[in-house]
Amino acid sequence: MVFPSAGEKRFDMELNASDPKKVVLQGNEACAKGALYAGCRFFAGYPITPSTEIIELMSSEMQKAGGAFIQMEDEIGSACAIIGARWGGKKAMTATSGPGYTLMQEAIGYAAVTETPIVIVNVQRGGPSTGQPTLSSQEDVYQARYGSHGDYGIIVLSPSSVQEMYDFTVRAFELSEQFRTPVILLSDEVVGHMREKITIHDGSKNIKSGTQKFVVSPHADFFQGENSLVEGQLHDEWGRRIGHVAEQSGRFIQNINKKIQDNADRIADIRTYCMEDADIAIVAYGSVARPAANAVKLARGIRDERILPKLKVFRDLVKRGVPATMHTDYSHLKVGLVKINSLWPFPEEELKRSTQNTELIIVPEMNVGKYCREVERVLKDKKVISMPKSGGDIHTPHEILDEILKEAGVNE
Amino acid sequence: MARITVDKACCKGCDICLTVCPKKIFVHSKKRNNYGTNMPDVSGADGCIVCRTCERLCPDGAINVEEEDQT
Amino acid sequence: MNKLYKKYIKTELLPTLFCPGCGNGIIQYAAIDAIDSLGIKDQVACVSGIGCSSWIPCYYKMDVMHTMHGRALAFAQGLKLAQPDKKILVFTGDGDCLAIGGNHLLHASARNIDLTVVMANNYIYGMTGGQKSPSTPKGSITKTTPFGSIDEPIDGCRLAMTMGASYVARWTTAHPVQLAKAIREGMEHRGFSFIEVLCQCPVQAGKGVYGEKEPANILKYYKEHTYQYREGMEIPEGKVRIGTLKHDPAAEEYIQKVEKKLISQGIKRG
Repeated sequence: MVFPSAGEKRFDMELNASDPKKVVLQGNEACAKGALYAGCRFFAGYPITPSTEIIELMSSEMQKAGGAFIQMEDEIGSACAIIGARWGGKKAMTATSGPGYTLMQEAIGYAAVTETPIVIVNVQRGGPSTGQPTLSSQEDVYQARYGSHGDYGIIVLSPSSVQEMYDFTVRAFELSEQFRTPVILLSDEVVGHMREKITIHDGSKNIKSGTQKFVVSPHADFFQGENSLVEGQLHDEWGRRIGHVAEQSGRFIQNINKKIQDNADRIADIRTYCMEDADIAIVAYGSVARPAANAVKLARGIRDERILPKLKVFRDLVKRGVPATMHTDYSHLKVGLVKINSLWPFPEEELKRSTQNTELIIVPEMNVGKYCREVERVLKDKKVISMPKSGGDIHTPHEILDEILKEAGVNE
Repeated sequence: MARITVDKACCKGCDICLTVCPKKIFVHSKKRNNYGTNMPDVSGADGCIVCRTCERLCPDGAINVEEEDQT
Repeated sequence: MNKLYKKYIKTELLPTLFCPGCGNGIIQYAAIDAIDSLGIKDQVACVSGIGCSSWIPCYYKMDVMHTMHGRALAFAQGLKLAQPDKKILVFTGDGDCLAIGGNHLLHASARNIDLTVVMANNYIYGMTGGQKSPSTPKGSITKTTPFGSIDEPIDGCRLAMTMGASYVARWTTAHPVQLAKAIREGMEHRGFSFIEVLCQCPVQAGKGVYGEKEPANILKYYKEHTYQYREGMEIPEGKVRIGTLKHDPAAEEYIQKVEKKLISQGIKRG
């Protein structure tokens, strides 16, 4: 699925290093391909459903690309190994899901405090604990932001399609190197396991490393003669610990948070669909953006007679004896989609701008309504309706449309 | 024959050197190091056989032994 | 100040955070002595975990990674795989390596990946104030075993040997020359080298473990309570064996094994 973009493009993928080619890939495979194209030359992982295809593909492709691959003893080891490899000068990635992602939290905190650029892919599954290994969810949206202890800034991207799984992996490496921070690619089982035709590139992209002005910690890779001291305690630019100096420590914490927060508009990536004249907006991310886009099509009267009888509202009308033909066209419902690609830092300004003409916001997500709280916080003056769904099934377009019709008062 | 120095800034006064020196060249003193404990004095460096045990066993790298020319 | 210290230590960070008489300083000297004698300062990086012993490399004028509790070996393996030609020296402690990091030790040993691990064993959690560690001898009084430790202590060297480490040695801080030589041998050896160093903690382990608080007396205790095995000798009761316990230069190293496998299957790299 290609999400048409009406808004301005915030960044250019510059996918021109080699001739693009069309292939049919699974989301997880596309992620591995994207990483190799981004110049990732180290992968450490531990098998976990539903992310296993990434480690499987990496085990062969990484070696062929001249990089190093290792299957570690657990996810803790995987996350630590990629940090080690990054200081050895290799762009590094790991992939995991649910429980494995929980195990990685300590290392994510370490990467944040040492300002190590790494990419961690979390193909979300249902939780808590072992939860639903084979089913999808978006329950880790807060853990991705606040998972490790302490205050730190982090970047989280959320793909909705196989193409985005590829593109965002490349983007994740760019952002991690630019801001010297861990970047989480927060995918989910639906996107990870679907197959679509996408465009990929051979060879590898040259991603430049670290913008020094953001960085407090030592940033020279090892074996450059710089005597880098990589330190998990709060430290100064030489790696010397400053944990005992309150003022200096406070500045350090400010810095690793502000380097992300102050650049939120540079990181923000929001794509809009049919928002030009919309007064109802669906704010969605990840796999749920797909049925949301279809709900927009339905609401706009992009007719599909096969779908109509499935709508609850439609069935209610028929039950009440209202002639169906009177209500089959909802083209008067000006619904649009705001698809959030960069979940964290929360794209406040972008979201405000893209929803400024709307009054009603629907936030469907596959959890108890977590991200909706952020939307509510930012869009205080609008009616924000959370549409949570737990259990592993993705929202259907009809469910979303039913919710829109209910809230818009159409069935009354 | 050797020139033996104990660095005031490094020494923590653990007294390991006093015991391990086979020639008992280090002795207790009232001198204070920067750490705030008593540091050893060097007496009779002439007897030093440059075994460097003190250098190796000083946990703080405070001791330096320089071999001096016999002439 | 010692001349080796001047060459290898960031003197502006001194004094070290070790307590007076701590054995970690002796290991610190032995390691730079080994590196100096090999003359490969630029080819070595140090990785350490959390604990007193993990502060050893933080004062070195080298590339150093001071990582998370127990995870030094995981970080070091990543760094080694990224830079296979370089030498990685890992500093860890008994709690760091045998308790929280036990799993990483098992797997790194089994891989026989080319790392040199120096495990300072002070029989105690020193930094947190003297709690029982996995290697605390039975009967020791610590902050968390007020009635005497009942757990069977874990022998790191035997564990590493069983899992396939190809160089294993145990020395004490009372044997600084042999220790430096062992670290040197470990770094020259291609494969997983595990060097345990019995290392005095006069402050936290002194009274409860050795019944002795004087660092110099604990060093004497080490000399008296250890033995080196010679062919046919009777094993002395209640003493710890020191020396080179295993040295297998023929054992295949992990990265070599990977390369060999790829070549044998005709897989081109890069």
